[in-house]
Amino acid sequence: MTAVLGGRPEGLTSLSLGDDEFDTRSRLVVVGNGMAGARFVEEVLERGGGEQFRITVFGDEPHGNYNRIMLSPVLAGESHEDEIVLNSHDWYADNGVDLRAGVRVARADTAAKVVHGDDGSTTPYDHLVLATGSYSFIPPMSGVRTADGALLAGVYGFRTIDETRAMLEATQRCRRAVVMGGGLLGLEAARALQGHGLQVELVHAMPWLMNAQLDAEAGAILKKSVESLGITVHLDAMAGEVLGTEHVEGVLLKDGRRLDCDLLVVAAGVRPHTDVAVRSGLEVERAIVVDDQLRTEDPDVYAIGECAQHRGSVYGLVAPAWEHAKVLADVLTGTDPDAEYTGSRTATKLKVAGVDVATMGINVPERDDDEFLVISEPRRGVHLSVVIRDDKLVGATLLGDTRKVAFLTQAFDRGTALPEERIRLLVDLSDGAEEVGVAEMPADSQVCNCNGVTKGAICGAVADGCGSVGAVMDRTRAGKGCGSCKSLVKQIVEWAADGDVTEDPSASWYVPGIPLAKPELMAAIREQDLRSVSQVFAALAPAGKEDAKSKMGLTSLLKMVWGVDFVPEKDGEFINDRVHANIQRDGTFSVVPQMKGGVTTPAQLRKIADVAEKYEVPMVKVTGGQRIDLLGVRKEDLPAMWADLGMPSGYAYGKSMRTVKTCVGSDFCRFGLGDSTQLGIDLETRFQGIESPAKMKMAVVGCPRNCAEAYVKDVGVVAVGNGKWEVYVGGAAGASVRKGDLLATVDSTEEVMQLTGRFMQYYRENANWLERTYDFVPRIGLEKIKQVLLEDSEGLCADLDAGIQRSIDAYRDPWGQDLAEPATPGQFRPSLPLIELPKVPVR
Amino acid sequence: MSLTHTEVAEPTTAGTEIGSPATEVAVPGRAPAPHGRAYTVGRTEDVPPGEGRAFVAGDTQVAVFRLRDGSLHATQASCPHAGGPLADGQTDADVLVCPLHLYAYRWVDGVATSGAMAVQVYPVREVDGMLVVDV
Ligand code: SRM
Ligand SMILES: Cc1cc2nc3c(=O)[nH]c(=O)nc-3n(C[C@H](O)[C@H](O)[C@H](O)COP(=O)(O)OP(=O)(O)OC[C@H]3O[C@@H](n4cnc5c(N)ncnc54)[C@H](O)[C@@H]3O)c2cc1C
Ligand code: SF4
Ligand code: FES
Repeated sequence: MTAVLGGRPEGLTSLSLGDDEFDTRSRLVVVGNGMAGARFVEEVLERGGGEQFRITVFGDEPHGNYNRIMLSPVLAGESHEDEIVLNSHDWYADNGVDLRAGVRVARADTAAKVVHGDDGSTTPYDHLVLATGSYSFIPPMSGVRTADGALLAGVYGFRTIDETRAMLEATQRCRRAVVMGGGLLGLEAARALQGHGLQVELVHAMPWLMNAQLDAEAGAILKKSVESLGITVHLDAMAGEVLGTEHVEGVLLKDGRRLDCDLLVVAAGVRPHTDVAVRSGLEVERAIVVDDQLRTEDPDVYAIGECAQHRGSVYGLVAPAWEHAKVLADVLTGTDPDAEYTGSRTATKLKVAGVDVATMGINVPERDDDEFLVISEPRRGVHLSVVIRDDKLVGATLLGDTRKVAFLTQAFDRGTALPEERIRLLVDLSDGAEEVGVAEMPADSQVCNCNGVTKGAICGAVADGCGSVGAVMDRTRAGKGCGSCKSLVKQIVEWAADGDVTEDPSASWYVPGIPLAKPELMAAIREQDLRSVSQVFAALAPAGKEDAKSKMGLTSLLKMVWGVDFVPEKDGEFINDRVHANIQRDGTFSVVPQMKGGVTTPAQLRKIADVAEKYEVPMVKVTGGQRIDLLGVRKEDLPAMWADLGMPSGYAYGKSMRTVKTCVGSDFCRFGLGDSTQLGIDLETRFQGIESPAKMKMAVVGCPRNCAEAYVKDVGVVAVGNGKWEVYVGGAAGASVRKGDLLATVDSTEEVMQLTGRFMQYYRENANWLERTYDFVPRIGLEKIKQVLLEDSEGLCADLDAGIQRSIDAYRDPWGQDLAEPATPGQFRPSLPLIELPKVPVR
Repeated sequence: MSLTHTEVAEPTTAGTEIGSPATEVAVPGRAPAPHGRAYTVGRTEDVPPGEGRAFVAGDTQVAVFRLRDGSLHATQASCPHAGGPLADGQTDADVLVCPLHLYAYRWVDGVATSGAMAVQVYPVREVDGMLVVDV
């Protein structure tokens, strides 16, 4: 519970840079290491402020800087806390920023220009930035606090990682939760707790949910959607008393009802942290009063984020906080000394799976000539509305259907022109008029609201060579806030990369570490007679530099090119291939013996049963690939198990041909038109273990009823009667579902075998690393594949047939081989320092 | 490396055979920083070129890697992300890649290329064919 998020090895560190008297930089002190404070420091550094300022950051929390808005997915168990670290302690050190984590600032002496920490330190400043954020407001209720002022055990606010951790821990022993507050935070907390199996009741003091963002009608629809998730909602309900002496036992509502609970989350709003400002004599109303340059009444003291009150507004969202950070960084570094902040238009999204809510601006018309369009379908849980003023969108509410959110956000932020038929703002009329695509979005429209990233910035990153969505996200931070814009970011990246924007050259390389596309790489390997991974790096990589993430792809390619003449190197293989088993989440392995065509015998089953008992295999499971999986096996037990099994490897771990599923076919099935079982066994025998750019799965079925799912396999074969077989390629039913394309209908099983081999080899030679056939076939085009494989339009067929034969001849059962003699010393030595992970339970 | 104990490498803790596997339970997150005690954990030839193996040094589990250029590296044995067995990872001259979720950690400072996490790296060297790790 005490681990420091984004921390350094020793926990807290305050790496003091010392007061070097020759250091002429002015001293910039930031109080508050939250979303606003840390972003401000980043913005300053980005503007070269590291040379101008000696920066000190005080953070009450001991952690590095983390993404507070992601606490909801962390509480829900959807994100791991490590994933929400924005800046680790190391980051501060690397950037020469003195982070005083775990130190609370008590007050500033604005006359002497020093801040006093509660650790007794005094730190002088030239510029002071207050970014103290907010705290959870705990409404007055009797019994909520113990005598010493702490919250009663079992009662939590929802603001910090420590509170989130405590709640997560509590979910393991608690059964009933009450969440106070039906706003964004309360709803997210309720859903998260419910996901942990708790029975959840939501108590909201107002007549409808999310009353700050929604009108009564929308609120009522939201209530239904929330209740359909299984959360009980009490509206107009005020809790007057918290029950329990040692630990919370329930709450008593003012109307006399009693709700039992062993966990109480108070999400009834936040209050700005203004204590430092008050003690320092600064002007505080609802929050710390600042002008358009975020300056308080003291010319050297600024306030940003939720603790700032600007033109009467106090914001409770991250986007305005980040706008503050930008403007202030411009002002202080002199990048734009006249920069001004004039207020934010806010938009919100509810991060609850199953209930889509997005709102922006106002939710009801305020002036006589405001246009107001509402589509309400309470039964479907859909409520959509827009408010238009002078032809500009000034508000929108999307509940239950947020497909239009991208366009509306853009219209709201940019004031872009609206369609004459207003209803098009909310629904796509099915007259074929296309959706507002990413192409039409103006470059300056904001895509990621959390991080303030525009479409232009995304296109810029693509133009600078970011070849993947991930790279663009890393560069621009788009999609790294609440994550709800990820699909839009992806669309824009794809659009930008396809159009006039130059593509990242490395996108065409087969592996990241060798600057060659696959045909050139294969040609070079052949010409220079490169037979091992290290030879390839030495000859073809820039400066001969090896690259860890390229090794697996190269090993696979070399095996294909050289067959038996390949020179193996264990370090060129991924761990799965090194030990011929699939690594599991706890560092153990799974063992899947070959079971050709899914056909087994009592003797085989008995062997498997004996082995499972002997090695205490935690789970024995029938796989989706028609064979039996022994899961949770210790690495050191692998060779002995193989020996006892006496069965060859099923290659369930490799980028290779996996299984051939079959149905019972003509021998048994009354509909069978062909002997699918035997053909499946023959195919698996011929193509067993053949490595390929990505895994290949096959199936053979005895009739078009398709019981073994041949239509959705990399190669699927279907008996259609009279000795004829259809061969489908490019199908899948995994992460992508695609029906295979009919490559040919052939007259014999021999032809099936030949065509399958030819297709496999063509795929092996031409597919990108990790490109499954469901992407490969459409990329090349079915027609082209037909011409090459059926009409021999490029004169390749003989080579393809020879190529696949070379690999077939090179096949050796890896289990039998390494069992006789380990490939390297300690091949099967455990590498486990097991942490206690959720393990495969013993069944 | 100006540590005083470069010469005297203490043997691995009593009860632990040289080269014995690391099996204890560790918690993900970065391991403690080295205190500078030297332990002989095994023979250099126990670690095949380009690969890694796990050992116990005192009561610390370490993964030792021998790169193809002959250089040696040592890190904490379990991945700070979710406890993956780092000795089963893949390497190059710059990074170590964890086998479970493919986070890459730089040898120079142990920091992940994504910046979010870090493994502890330990000084390691060869003395008379033996691997000596300072933890
Ligand atoms: C064991 C099995 C599930 C089961 O209990 O039945 C399984 C288990 C895994 N599958 Fe699968 N898949 C299994 C059948 C399937 C099937 C069904 C089939 O083969 O008919 C599919 C859909 C068919 C397909 O691939 O088109 C399937 C689609 C996937 C995918 C998605 C691939 C895609 O590109 O769409 C992945 C992820 C990947 O490959 O990156 C995956 C990845 C995995 C991995 C290997 C994840 C990993 O990399 O560690 C799982 C290993 C678990 C473990 O700890 O050992 N598994 N997986 C099945 C083994 C079949 C076998 O006997 O070999
Ligand atoms: C669970 C959750 C989900 C959210 N979801 C969203 C969302 O989806 N979208 C959105 O826009 N917003 C969301 N928010 C709100 C968002 O997190 C805040 O608007 C944002 O964090 C404000 O940034 P800040 O820097 O002003 O305050 P904070 O991030 O709270 O940072 C203030 C920091 O200052 C420290 N501090 C305070 N006083 C002192 C002192 N005296 N000395 C030293 N340090 C001090 C605090 O410990 C804190 O770390 C969410 C908030 C929560 C809690
Ligand atoms: S579906 Fe997902 S969790 Fe299940 S075995 Fe396949 S990869 Fe693993
Ligand atoms: S456990 Fe190492 S990357 Fe996940």
